[in-house]
Amino acid sequence: MHTVGTKVQRVDAVAKVRGQAKYVDDLSTENMLVAKVFRSTVANGWVKSIDVSKAKALPGVELVVTYEDVPRIPFTTAGHPWSLDPEKQDVADRLLLTQRIRFYGDEIAAVVAVDELTAKKALELIEVEYEEYEPILTVEDALKEGATELHEGTGNILKKTEWQVGDLEAAFAKADCVFEDEFVTSRVQHCHLENQISFAYQESDGRIVVVSSTQIPHIVRRVVAQALGIPWGKVKVIKPYIGGGFGNRQDVVQEPLNAFLATLTGGRPVKLEYSREENFTTTRTRHPIHFKIRTGVMKDGTIVARDLEAISPIGGYASHGHAIVANAGTKYRSLYSQEAIRYKGTTVYTTTPVTGAMRAYGIPQVKFALESHIEDIARAIGMDPIAFREKNLVKEGWVDPISGNRVNSNGIRECIKRGRELIRWDEKKAQLKNQTGPKRRGLGMACFSYNSGTYPLFEIAGARIVLNQDGSVQLQIGATEIGQGADTTLGQIAAEAMGIPFDKVHVISTQDTDVTPFDTGAYASRQTYVSGMAVKKAGEEVKAKILERAHRMTDIPLQALDVVNGWVVWAHSGEQVMSVEEVAMDSYYNELTAAPITADVSNNCRVNSFSFGCTFVEVEVDMPLGKVEILEIYNVHDSGKIVNPLLAEGQVHGGVSMGIGYALSEQLLLDQKTGRPLNGNLLDYKLGTIMDTPDIGVAFVETYEPTGPFGAKALGEPPAITPAPAIRNAILDATGVKFNELPMNPQRLVEKFKAAGLI
Amino acid sequence: MQTRNITFTVNGKEVSVNVDVRESLLEVLRNRLHLTGTKKGCEVGECGACTVIINGETVDSCIYLAIWADGKEIRTIEGEEKNGNLSRIQQAFVDEGAIQCGFCTPGFVMSATVLVESGEKLSREEIKKGMAGNLCRCTGYQNIVRAVEKVMEENLQAK
Ligand code: FES
Ligand code: FES
Repeated sequence: MHTVGTKVQRVDAVAKVRGQAKYVDDLSTENMLVAKVFRSTVANGWVKSIDVSKAKALPGVELVVTYEDVPRIPFTTAGHPWSLDPEKQDVADRLLLTQRIRFYGDEIAAVVAVDELTAKKALELIEVEYEEYEPILTVEDALKEGATELHEGTGNILKKTEWQVGDLEAAFAKADCVFEDEFVTSRVQHCHLENQISFAYQESDGRIVVVSSTQIPHIVRRVVAQALGIPWGKVKVIKPYIGGGFGNRQDVVQEPLNAFLATLTGGRPVKLEYSREENFTTTRTRHPIHFKIRTGVMKDGTIVARDLEAISPIGGYASHGHAIVANAGTKYRSLYSQEAIRYKGTTVYTTTPVTGAMRAYGIPQVKFALESHIEDIARAIGMDPIAFREKNLVKEGWVDPISGNRVNSNGIRECIKRGRELIRWDEKKAQLKNQTGPKRRGLGMACFSYNSGTYPLFEIAGARIVLNQDGSVQLQIGATEIGQGADTTLGQIAAEAMGIPFDKVHVISTQDTDVTPFDTGAYASRQTYVSGMAVKKAGEEVKAKILERAHRMTDIPLQALDVVNGWVVWAHSGEQVMSVEEVAMDSYYNELTAAPITADVSNNCRVNSFSFGCTFVEVEVDMPLGKVEILEIYNVHDSGKIVNPLLAEGQVHGGVSMGIGYALSEQLLLDQKTGRPLNGNLLDYKLGTIMDTPDIGVAFVETYEPTGPFGAKALGEPPAITPAPAIRNAILDATGVKFNELPMNPQRLVEKFKAAGLI
Repeated sequence: MQTRNITFTVNGKEVSVNVDVRESLLEVLRNRLHLTGTKKGCEVGECGACTVIINGETVDSCIYLAIWADGKEIRTIEGEEKNGNLSRIQQAFVDEGAIQCGFCTPGFVMSATVLVESGEKLSREEIKKGMAGNLCRCTGYQNIVRAVEKVMEENLQAK
């Protein structure tokens, strides 16, 4: 009986549907102190003076700290694995609290009070005088002569990346036609439903415990210790259930300050919870990126040369900053082949909300540019856009010339075929010719490729399995459950590897860095592939130990035995020899040979695999209203073997809905004069409600990835990548108008339709 | 601080609490009665994570003062399971894969409960309207709608 590939029920479904699953705030207690952050109301400047005496005097206020009171240790919040090579370490450019203001809402002081109301009141009593500079809201502002430097000596440039493969000039010279264009993506926010929250306390031995809604507990531990300048072992991080992450919690946003405050309260726990408004504008956002793209094509539709420049205003601090823009370049490389290709990526400090990881790490941005541009080229050379793509897509066996990662399995062509059938592309294309009138329909599609984890960047994952007396196991994993279903899929991989039923696997969901195996956490769609490898190895080790003991108990040759469905069986016939329970009991209580069966595996993953897929969409555009209605949308994915079809489908639904919001409505707006966020709340931000979300069709083309656990590859982030360019291409198909800037909201649509004389 | 004694039923049990007159029902449920199944996603009536049922109607408990609950009948997620059995809508959420991070789930279950208990056969659009005050960032709402439709169909067949 197989577990991988089946729709087993999520291990946490019942706890969650009963309201019993504990999230950070559910674990907090009434006597906890409450911390609040005092934030700047200017985007760029210095604090000239600050007076906290009135706040301190307010009854119920325990503590007020300012930038003067924090350790002078610069640190980084980026949730990357640590690097022993100083060159590869993230830029440490912030302190716990700051006198230099680098964006609207920057953190100047913090209060700790007996309750929330008192803490809020205390914030109002803090008096501050600023020396104010012009806000720097764009790349142009940041780089112009005389712009104030946000970080000394940088010229406001965080970093530049450049690479080239092949002879670019020669390839462009040879091309029959060269196309150039520009694309701009917008600043959006993750909007996980649970706001950023943690609480912290100091134990009597001086160790600090931080309970946090994070995707990366082991990294939080390291960053907290670095920011406070204490040994890493002095910090313990606990992660219970969390209300979504989408990359925002791959950043160590508030835990260092929370931990610092907890060192000042004599052991009393301190809670630091962000409001929805703080969550929007002072955690992280997705990088807006401006792309300049150039492509050389032969008459027959062969792409010969590709060139891309990307520049992004990353906000006041580096955080993940450059890595995301660099990643956009890497994934730009890996969908189509050509003779020569070049990429230049630049990240620039601006006094805007800090950018960071968000579902698919730079790829929704670059694929919007790339897949829009590819569509335009196909139309310009009079080629069918699908045929044009198919001609140039990478094939199995393709090796990325820079990373060395190889395409071992590739279902992209099959995905396109399925999507085309599902939406009835050919039939509708014929019907949609020669439309007139204010409402028009159109079809669009877009493709992506993605990686499973981050290799050749550092990858490490851990899993531990303990066999119980009754033949069940505890599975401990370092990969974190953030809603995506990692606990369940990793439990399935464990069951499959051991040959025991899924309901015999008890997954320990709560992470505690004191006991949880080392793993860098949930990001980069790495859990199933990278952490799954560790779980599979651990399962295989347990199975080998079960067989070894059964062999010694029975004298049946080892090779003749197998474990199937919780039983040790004859491998050739399946006939039962003894239950795993019987073997387990022997391992615990055999007076001569007792040695309970466990496995503790760490997997340094040194391989990667490519996931592929596409979006097909049909829209109806109401031109006078600037309204786009999605009539049908399908996402088709090659993520290798699908471990749990029900959960996988859910990942696609969620990703596509996020992609639709990215395409049509979501955008975090800043006041152009002051840099103040204008719509940082769920009412004004235009997050898709249930009414706005169309039916979403999902299909999988299951390939077998030889390097993945049971053939699996990445799935979590990819669904969010291609809805935006597919919708853009469908609007183009319907109206003939090209939208090169996100979001494609009514205002922009109406403006452009007017300019095009359509309304 | 002004306080007041209020009495209401929660999940069929009568409770009396002394509350700060400024406190929201959400705060009283979570902090005083330790009913932490009801969640907080915004505190200003935008997300629906805090949805409870008061006298048969769904309410965002974050913008409902606790003192208004005096004398009312309140249902929270903790009361939906009876004798160890999930309610039918809870079970449908589990079976249809309508749960991911789970933070919106209690609120959605309460909204869905009122819809299925209405006994009416609602169209997909009407179901969506009935849950338009609940936000979910994980599921794209697909399987949530599917779960509600499933229970409604079962209700019809049972009639
Ligand atoms: S917490 Fe009440 S509506 Fe968001
Ligand atoms: S399941 Fe995460 S917000 Fe709905």
